[in-house]
Amino acid sequence: MYTTDMYEGVLAETITMAGANGDTINAYLAQPLGKGPFPAMVLAHHMPGWDQWYREAVFKFAHHGYLTISPNLYFRSGHGTPEDVAVKVRADGGISDDQAVGDLAGAMEHIRTLSNVNGKVGIFGTCSGGRHAYLAACRNSKFDAVVDCWGGRVVMTPDQLTDKFPVSPLGYTRELDCPLLGLFGEEDSSPTPEQVNLHEAELKLHGKNYEFHMYPNAGHGFFYYDRPNYRQSQAVDGWQKIFTFLEKHLA
Amino acid sequence: MCTMIVEKIKIDGSGSGRAGWFALQQANISYDHPFNAPYEHALNIDFVNESQGLSARVAVELSEFAARELARSILSVLDIAETGGHIKKV
Repeated sequence: MYTTDMYEGVLAETITMAGANGDTINAYLAQPLGKGPFPAMVLAHHMPGWDQWYREAVFKFAHHGYLTISPNLYFRSGHGTPEDVAVKVRADGGISDDQAVGDLAGAMEHIRTLSNVNGKVGIFGTCSGGRHAYLAACRNSKFDAVVDCWGGRVVMTPDQLTDKFPVSPLGYTRELDCPLLGLFGEEDSSPTPEQVNLHEAELKLHGKNYEFHMYPNAGHGFFYYDRPNYRQSQAVDGWQKIFTFLEKHLA
Repeated sequence: MCTMIVEKIKIDGSGSGRAGWFALQQANISYDHPFNAPYEHALNIDFVNESQGLSARVAVELSEFAARELARSILSVLDIAETGGHIKKV
């Protein structure tokens, strides 16, 4: 717990790293200053892009003592304001799952090279980033914990599968090799509570280590303080659950 | 990108964006998360010209009701213009 007589510092900056297929992409990296060693987090940004909320989230995790990196998953779609880039990606029907998983694995490998990491790396994401975080954790056993916040389309129907999204993330559940924390809202339409129940049933079927929390009076994106869906008490409780979960599994 | 519902169409015309008027090339119509409108999902239209960069864009984010009213009104106005002889019947 922080007390006012403690030294505190965070170094946050844009860097480059190797992503999917060895491509160079950029990323936002925040490092707590001090002795360490520190646990680490990879953040999978949401559909609205590599935006201010995610930069602030990177800083927030670093403030809580995690080496934190968020790769720009939209790097290959060009550069402009985060919104302009995200609009381009939206028009193109999103980015491929293989590319996202490769970029997130690259971020995990990059942060493991830092001299002050304690060897544990988790992954967090919201919205499409929650889905990407779950996919990345299922497909790469080097993640040590995963936090999926309202990731839509984890449960996909066959007609939703395309070249970019060839496998429903639910289909990878058997391969999940780390603890999972899921936070959802009862009023969300993607994922619906029914889809979350299907996901939970699959986790139980395969004996996975998980905890799901379904918040009443909350919909999609209830952490986003700049959107009308923000729900103060649910967001405060959700953040507490995240840091308790990460301390248990990564510290 | 939580719904992935999107259509892209080629269009002609002009749009007024951040740097003034520019020639439009394409409209991207999606029903997905908006950036500003106070809804979880909105009918989003981005009028763009990618050859001029990602900032060459005019955006609207509409409620479902507003989007349907807009679509109806556009067709209505075109019908009136056609009936009045301002548009040649195809």
